[in-house]
Amino acid sequence: MLGGSIVVMKFIQIKNCYKVYKNGVTAVADLTLNIDKGEFVFVIGASGSGKSTLIKMLYREEKPTRGVVQLGGINVGKLRNRTVYKLRRKLGIVFQDFKLLPKLTVYENVAFALECIGMKNSDIRPKVLKALEHVGLKDKIRSFPNELSGGEQQRVCIARAIVNDPKLLICDEPTGNLDANTSKEIMEVLDTINKNLGTTIIMATHDLDIVKRMKRRVLVLDSGVLSKDYEKGSFRTSESV
Amino acid sequence: MRKEVLEQVKAFRILKNSIRDSFKSVFRNFSLSIASVLCTTITLILVAIAIVVTVNVNYVTKSMEKELTIVVYANRDVTDEQINNIESSIKKIDVVDNVEFKSKEEWKLEMKQYSETLEVTLDNLDTNPLLDSFVVKVKDVKDLSPTTREIRKIDGVQSADYGEGMVEEIISAFNVIKTATIGMVIALIIVTAFLISNTIKLTIFSRRSEIDIMRLVGSSNTSIRLPFVFEGFLLGVIGSFIPMIVTVYGYFILYEKLGSSATFSIVELVKPFPFVFYTSIILLVIGALVGMIGSARAVRKYLKI
Repeated sequence: MLGGSIVVMKFIQIKNCYKVYKNGVTAVADLTLNIDKGEFVFVIGASGSGKSTLIKMLYREEKPTRGVVQLGGINVGKLRNRTVYKLRRKLGIVFQDFKLLPKLTVYENVAFALECIGMKNSDIRPKVLKALEHVGLKDKIRSFPNELSGGEQQRVCIARAIVNDPKLLICDEPTGNLDANTSKEIMEVLDTINKNLGTTIIMATHDLDIVKRMKRRVLVLDSGVLSKDYEKGSFRTSESV
Repeated sequence: MRKEVLEQVKAFRILKNSIRDSFKSVFRNFSLSIASVLCTTITLILVAIAIVVTVNVNYVTKSMEKELTIVVYANRDVTDEQINNIESSIKKIDVVDNVEFKSKEEWKLEMKQYSETLEVTLDNLDTNPLLDSFVVKVKDVKDLSPTTREIRKIDGVQSADYGEGMVEEIISAFNVIKTATIGMVIALIIVTAFLISNTIKLTIFSRRSEIDIMRLVGSSNTSIRLPFVFEGFLLGVIGSFIPMIVTVYGYFILYEKLGSSATFSIVELVKPFPFVFYTSIILLVIGALVGMIGSARAVRKYLKI
C-alpha cells in the first residue's frame, strides 16, 4: 500500500490562469481546467469571451500573466522565446483563415512544415502523402491553394497540422469561413483524426450546431471565466450559452 | 552522441534548404526582388562615384604634398667639408626623407638653359653669384615647419625656406577636402544601408504570413532568418554587379580622357589597376553585407513573440 494518493498527470493542466493585456483588458480570469490525452474538447463562448486567448496560450503565442499552463508536463508560460519552436513542433495548429502559402502547391504547403524543422526529403514524402490521405486530398497534391474550395484549403491546413504526428491539435474556429456542409466535412476529418490517431483536439468555435452534433466535452467561457464544463455528450441542443 | 550528430545533420539540412529557398524566393517575389536590386544598384553607383572622387582627391593632394620641399642654401664661403657636414646633419633629422645636393655650378648650368639673357649675364660675371643648396623632402608635410627651424640652426646654413604661410594654407585646404570626401563616402554607405534595409523590409512585410507559418510549424528563429539573410545577400550581390561594371568601364574611360591627357597633367588620376579591382570588391562587400544585415534586421521585427 502506498501511503499517499497517486497523482495522475493530466495532458493539459491549466491552473488559476490569468491573462491581462497591456491595455488592461482581462481576457482570461482564474481559469482552471484539465484535459486528458485523446480528448476532443470544444471551447465556446461569445466574442471576447477569451476563447482565442486560451488557444493562443496553449501554443505560447501569449504568455499567461499569472498561473500555470502545462502541456504534456511542460510549463508553457515559462518557456523562453527562443525555445518556443520546440513546443510548436509537438503541436498542430489550424486557423480560420487557413494560412496557406499561395505560391506553393498542396504538397509543398504540407511538406513546408517538415522542411522547416530540417527533416530529410526522403522522409518527408511518405509523411506528406499519408497526411493528405487522412484528409482525402491525395489526388490534389499538385494544385495550388487558389484552385481549391474553402473546405479543401482547410483540409490542406489540417494535413499540414497533423503531418508531424502531433499529440495535440489546436483549432481556432476552423469552420468559421465555411458553409454548413463543408463544415460538416471538416468535422468528420477532425473526428477521424481524433479517433484513429488518438490526437487530442481542442477546438474553439462559434458554431453551436457542430458542437451539439459532435456530442463531445464542451467548455463554455464567459468574460474570460470558465462558466460551464459539459462532460462528453451532456451538451444538449436545448442548452443556451 | 548520436542525437548530437542528428542535430548537426538537421542543422546542415536547414542551411542547405535555406540557400535553396533563398534562390527560389528571389524569383518567386520577382518584382520586389527587382526593386531591391535596383535600389542597391543606384545607391552603390553613388558610393562608387564617391569612392572614386575621394581616392583621387587624396591621391592628388598626396602627390602635391610630395612636391612641397625645403630649400636650404649654404653660406657663400663654405668648404666641401662643411657641405658634407650640413648634408649629414640634415640626414640625421628623423623626419627627413630625402636630401638632394645641388652645387652652385649645377645651378649656374641650369639657369643658363632658362634664357639667353641669363646665360649672357652669368657668363659675364667673374664669380658665380649662386649658392650651394640642398633640396630636402620630409616624410610628412606637417614636419616641414619644425624641420626648417632645425636646419636653420645648422652651422654653415644661410637660409632654409619652404614657403611658410602658403604651404600651411594649402595643407589645411587639402585636409578639408579629404575629410569632406571621406565623410561623403561614409554618409552614402549609411544611406545605402537604410535604403536597402527599407526595401527589404517592404519585401518581408509582404511575406509576413510566410514567417508566421514558419513560426507556427516550429521553425526556430535562426532557421526562419537564414533564408531571408541569404536572400538579402543574393540581392545585395546581384545589385552590386552593375555598379562594379560601371566602375571598371567608367573609370577606364575617365582615366583615358582625363588622367593621361597632357593638358590635364596636373589632375593625375590613380592608375585604373588595381584601383578598380579593389573598388569593385568594396562595392560587392558593401552590397552583400548591407543586404544581409538589412534582411536580418527586417525579419527580427516579425520574430518577436
